[in-house]
Amino acid sequence: MDITEVPVSQDNRGKKKKNKKPKKKKSVAEEGDGGGGGGAEKKEEKMEKSEAASAFPPTFSVSEIKNKQRRHLMFMKLKQEKRKQKMQLRKKKKKEREALGDKAPPKEVPKTIENQRVYDETTVDPEDEEVAFDEGTDEFSAYFNGLTNPKVLITTSDRPRGRTVRFCEQLATVIPNAHVYYRRGLALKRIIPQCVARNFTYLMVINEDRKVPNGMVLCHLPDGPTAHFKVSSVRLRKEIKRRGKDPTEHSPEVILNNFTTRLGHSIGRLFAALFPQDPQFVGRQVATFHNQRDFIFFRFHRYIFKNEKKVGIQELGPRFTLKLRSLQKGTFDSKFGEYEWVLKRHEMDACRRKFQL
Amino acid sequence: MGEQSRLCSVWLGSETGILKGVSMSRKQAFNFCNTSHLSRDQEVRALCWGDPGESELLVGSVDGTVKTFSIEKGAFIESRRCGDPAEGCFTGLAALSGSVLLTCGESGTLRVWKEDSSEPVTELDAGKNVCRMRQSPAHQHKVATGGKENGLKIWDLERPDKPVFTAKNLRDDWLDLRRPHWVKDMAFIPDSDKVVTCTGYHQVHVFDPSSPQRRPVLEAAYSEYPLTTLSLPAGGNTVVVGNTHGQIAMLDLRKGLVRGCLKGLAGGVRWLQCHPSQPVVASCGLDRFLRIHSLEDRKLLHKVYLKSRLNCLLLASRDLEDGGGATEGEGASQEVKEEEDEVWDTMEQVGEAEEKPKRKTTEEEGESQKKSKKKRKKGQD
Repeated sequence: MDITEVPVSQDNRGKKKKNKKPKKKKSVAEEGDGGGGGGAEKKEEKMEKSEAASAFPPTFSVSEIKNKQRRHLMFMKLKQEKRKQKMQLRKKKKKEREALGDKAPPKEVPKTIENQRVYDETTVDPEDEEVAFDEGTDEFSAYFNGLTNPKVLITTSDRPRGRTVRFCEQLATVIPNAHVYYRRGLALKRIIPQCVARNFTYLMVINEDRKVPNGMVLCHLPDGPTAHFKVSSVRLRKEIKRRGKDPTEHSPEVILNNFTTRLGHSIGRLFAALFPQDPQFVGRQVATFHNQRDFIFFRFHRYIFKNEKKVGIQELGPRFTLKLRSLQKGTFDSKFGEYEWVLKRHEMDACRRKFQL
Repeated sequence: MGEQSRLCSVWLGSETGILKGVSMSRKQAFNFCNTSHLSRDQEVRALCWGDPGESELLVGSVDGTVKTFSIEKGAFIESRRCGDPAEGCFTGLAALSGSVLLTCGESGTLRVWKEDSSEPVTELDAGKNVCRMRQSPAHQHKVATGGKENGLKIWDLERPDKPVFTAKNLRDDWLDLRRPHWVKDMAFIPDSDKVVTCTGYHQVHVFDPSSPQRRPVLEAAYSEYPLTTLSLPAGGNTVVVGNTHGQIAMLDLRKGLVRGCLKGLAGGVRWLQCHPSQPVVASCGLDRFLRIHSLEDRKLLHKVYLKSRLNCLLLASRDLEDGGGATEGEGASQEVKEEEDEVWDTMEQVGEAEEKPKRKTTEEEGESQKKSKKKRKKGQD
């Protein structure tokens, strides 16, 4: 199909009909010739119309062309035009910048959603006494004052499938002093007093749906807060490319990134209390909880300093993403417990630039 | 300190033991603390006005002490030991005329304390696991108590042996099983004998002691989470309840239907109070914010971040946005209110303030409306 040809013979008819609606034109054309001739006329009319339109201010958009191939080609043309203009603009700016040399205005920073984040009034100020007191005497104070050592019980929802079981085993190698137990359909509210009696400090329950882990309940034990997360993007060890050997028994260091608000602080402390307070630097292992846009990314690496400035890292261990769904005060009691924070999607997700953690 | 405390129109007690006063007109929060060092056993559990003139606050803490805070001086004046921490924290605090104090602990011991003695004058046992004790605003010597598996009981302090009214539990359900009941909060409906309660099993009950029926006269349910607190607005027939998920709803007491929900809270509601004259309701909870909603259009009027979890709050009877200080002259108040107008314009969501029509010029109104429209678009709280 050669759309660039403009047959001269049909010129007048095309021009006369350019003001009518495309439907009418089509029907007239079909009645007029029929068959291949009609097709050619249609083509010409469209070309005429578009040409006429490009001469006049565009009263139609590319989407009004009914012919799909034609429409696609017109759209491609439009995009190429735009791209050309953009390149010209950039070249011009670059020339101007070079011409000005030192006096050129600084480069503009592109807007990202993190840049445009709405300032959260609950952002913790490091010198705030009241918040410091609140954190100093909350449920984690026993851990942060060095009085207790973490001991984690990892379990799943009832009847877990292979992937979840392997995920739990790998988590147990990553978190020191962690024990995996099979659930056996026991009620969490009954497990909790027994855990407390055996000096466990954390209960982690991995929920499974359709053979894939999708939720995590992390309950700090003596009487601490319970956080419920949505787990996504789980990659087990064998699915990670270019990974190192299995993690050793050394306690890893912990990195908590970007937990700025008060809620973020509470969750950060919740994660920090999972690992022993004194990391063994000999092991060169580090667990990272990176918060970005309310999603918490967990990674486990081994690092080695090649010289003063260069570090090599190897990813070991499972990787997963968490999103906080609720934080409940007290141990697990989803029905009668008091919630400190609950994700209410329609209220909180309405603004794309406002984040809670 | 005194001037700061005189400005405050909302008082809150927090878990860290700090009494917070918030001045709505200046949009500022002030902390008032008893001791120089904070501790968790000073956690404030109950707040009430010490006198009808609202110049003194009674603050009940977890360790069993009741402190009196004077608003004029802006400091705590005295502290009394009113019970052991072993008995449980305060679930209700009330003041009777003549500086007599009424306290109730979780273990059910309701005590009447006179000014100078360290022993209670009268003592009542209201059962175990009492969750709340409230005093009737109309009859000062009538109190109501209720708790977990402990039904609503109305006591007359002059005859402390037996409750005046004991509520009966609901009828057994369709499987003939006993219905559990857990009264979390109650309120006396003004101009009548009725008492409305909210339960931990997401029900709202209305009891009428004057009728022979000891079971609830009206039963309404809301949502699926325990209702922690309730409050009655000034105009009758409605009740505002809050639950552990941060949902606040207004229920109509004639039929028991939900009139509307107030949005914005992210954590469990710990205390609600409706303003005695203005149609606003203040709520505080575990998410460390004080929120003030308007009852008519259910919009959020103010939101203040206070850094600790809040346990209870008290509203002053005067206007919320009143700058305080009845001694200010007319001219001074005009100026202050114009400044306030500017402050309002830069604030989120100015409500339709009917009491300031003369001060707002048309352009200011237009501006604030435009601003509120813009804010609504961004989907802000």
